[in-house]
Amino acid sequence: MAVADTGVTEVGTRPLIKVEGLEKRFPVASHWFRRSHSSVHAVDGISFELARGESFGLVGESGCGKTTTGRLLVRLAEPTGGHVLFDDGEGAATDITTLRGEELKSFRRKAQMIFQDPYESLNPRRTIFDTVAEPLKVQDACPPLERLDRVSRMLEMVGLSPPATYLFRYPHELSGGQRQRVAIARALIIEPIFVVADEPTSMLDVSIRTGVMNLMESLAERLGISYLYITHDLAVARYMCSRIAVMYLGKIVEMGDTEAVLQHPKHPYTQALLSAVPIPDPTATRAPVQITGGVATPLDPPPRCRFYSRCPIADDFCRDNPHPPLETKGDGQRVACYNA
Amino acid sequence: MSNQSTSAPVLRVEDLGMYYGTRSGDVKAVDGVSFAVGRGESVGLVGESGCGKSSIAMTLLKLLPENGRIVGGKILLDGTDLAPLSEDQMRTHRWNRIAMVFQAAMNSFNPVYTVGDQIIEALEVHIETSPDVSMERVRELFELVSLDPGFIGRYPHEYSGGMKQRAGIAMALACEPDLLIADEPTTALDVIVQDRILKELRDVQQALNMSLIYISHDMAVIAEVSHTVGVMYAGRIVEWGETVDIFRNPMHPYTQTLMSAFPSVTGPKHELAMLGGEPPNLLNPPSGCRFHPRCPYATDVCKSAEPPRVEGSDTHWAACWHPLEA
Ligand SMILES: Nc1ncnc2c1ncn2[C@@H]1O[C@H](COP(=O)(O)OP(=O)(O)OP(=O)(O)O)[C@@H](O)[C@H]1O
Ligand SMILES: Nc1ncnc2c1ncn2[C@@H]1O[C@H](COP(=O)(O)OP(=O)(O)O)[C@@H](O)[C@H]1O
Ligand code: SF4
Ligand code: SF4
Ligand SMILES: [Mg+2]
Ligand SMILES: [Mg+2]
Repeated sequence: MAVADTGVTEVGTRPLIKVEGLEKRFPVASHWFRRSHSSVHAVDGISFELARGESFGLVGESGCGKTTTGRLLVRLAEPTGGHVLFDDGEGAATDITTLRGEELKSFRRKAQMIFQDPYESLNPRRTIFDTVAEPLKVQDACPPLERLDRVSRMLEMVGLSPPATYLFRYPHELSGGQRQRVAIARALIIEPIFVVADEPTSMLDVSIRTGVMNLMESLAERLGISYLYITHDLAVARYMCSRIAVMYLGKIVEMGDTEAVLQHPKHPYTQALLSAVPIPDPTATRAPVQITGGVATPLDPPPRCRFYSRCPIADDFCRDNPHPPLETKGDGQRVACYNA
Repeated sequence: MSNQSTSAPVLRVEDLGMYYGTRSGDVKAVDGVSFAVGRGESVGLVGESGCGKSSIAMTLLKLLPENGRIVGGKILLDGTDLAPLSEDQMRTHRWNRIAMVFQAAMNSFNPVYTVGDQIIEALEVHIETSPDVSMERVRELFELVSLDPGFIGRYPHEYSGGMKQRAGIAMALACEPDLLIADEPTTALDVIVQDRILKELRDVQQALNMSLIYISHDMAVIAEVSHTVGVMYAGRIVEWGETVDIFRNPMHPYTQTLMSAFPSVTGPKHELAMLGGEPPNLLNPPSGCRFHPRCPYATDVCKSAEPPRVEGSDTHWAACWHPLEA
């Protein structure tokens, strides 16, 4: 598989997406936790840029805010703070968090999402044709008579071929890998330039997974798509993404070129994540994972480093200071840690 | 990695077959499967979705759905054949001597009872204990799998996915079974939680000298937990051997593909293999070698005749007409 080494600087000076201080809090019913004004800080003030044509990876454990971030970037959720500037090169960058009506509709045509679970995201009562054609219908993107042709070509492109044998099947008549291809076809049919792919291969077997990864990559090249690629699988991120950001409890704790972050992680959480990945070699021994405690919750986190309660190198300074800012360290990656 | 082949096996499966009856015919999910598991041995069962891993597990426990039936073969647990046993007879063995952690542990608890009550019930069916002792045991089990004992009295919906999975392990370990079958117990979890669960399973297995069948499609996880690996394809075991041999010298072309389809985080960035073609249809599996429609080495004989078992060593075999050099 060809992996683009293009870092953000070479791709272009104006990023496709610029995320500034993005925040999403979910209020929590107060009687439940016997506290008033509690909220889940699902995404807690994150900033990053995504270059044109880039695949940017978002990794981290379950519940850290990856999906929420993805949903905010395609306006399937409303942020409680911050901005997402979208610059498709046709005029000035727009802040998508304030789009309404026709403007929002036209943004949706350019930004799509592939959902985490193809078993849940495909409507079991709709045929593959109906499912894949839906965005065309909603967007009025092609005359009804041409839809069949367009869907067929898209199915062909994602390797569901010959299309005629798939068009009028239902999701339960497809394998997991085929369903995932349908989900990809639906997201790409209106030719978006930005796609949030939420764990698009996590439900797939390894041999099928390679095919879907190759497919997404070649479609990106052919159609000029930029991905926000969400995954908890660092190995998959390594193959798919030129840069990655590691999230922990709503914050980005480390961000940079994928190889730099994976080969020389600087943040203690990234280091722990990497040391927890099983090695596909029965004679290898893995150093013990250095972090303690259960998964912390994003409910009203205390105003210090989010990782403090599980960090093996936390000290009094970390306890008494706010969450550390992202700063350039090591091989050029940016790290949010006082002691990295 | 100890070699357990000298001691008498805890489990010996002989030519086991289990089919699901459907309107379109029989789904041959387990077909002519034979293997043995030694005491304290940990066997990994790998293979892709739908190849029959969970079906083997459910057959061994005889927890089959209405349309599932054993069509032949033996399940010898310490010499007793479980295959012909009635449900009543089976109850004395299940959970007590052979237990399981389910793929969807999320659904293996009854939503209307607390998790603690359900584990206590499992205990009391098999072991005579007083309520106090049972409670103490549940607390121990919770600690064993790093669950906060404060959750003993809580309901399943109050648990996160990872917590439910750990509670499922606690429940399966309650009666200290001789053989534990764990069906993808960490697939839905993130690596740090997975790491802890794998470590707990390994520790418990050693402490109890328990035998373990660990089912997964993740080769890296199998490399860490198993000293022996069985590779399944389309209802059959196609290769069996010590983990090191399976990884270093796979004999079956399918195993070879599985191995090289794995992206690695730290090693060199190699080209990832992929399998062409369709997964096999178990209603009507391919003739001869079931892998032949997708196999790059297939010849005419592969299409017409069942491949023989070829031995690479005493502990390593593959079912293939043209095995790779072992
Ligand atoms: N109740 C059933 N009726 C008919 N067919 C079934 C039934 N349960 C499973 N099967 C079929 O039996 C085969 C083996 O299924 P099984 O669940 O054992 O696969 P698996 O290897 O565990 O896959 P996964 O990794 O996806 O869980 C599949 O083809 C499946 O569709
Ligand atoms: N609608 C919601 N209401 C309340 N909390 C939510 C909601 N959606 C997500 N959350 C919480 O926000 C956090 C991040 O969730 P999510 O973005 O789905 O994580 P991930 O995709 O990384 O698993 C979690 O703690 C989750 O429970
Ligand atoms: S800032 Fe302190 S607590 Fe946070 S990760 Fe760094 S060392 Fe650990
Ligand atoms: S028997 Fe033939 S088709 Fe089957 S795996 Fe061996 S070489 Fe391939
Ligand atoms: Mg998610
Ligand atoms: Mg299964």
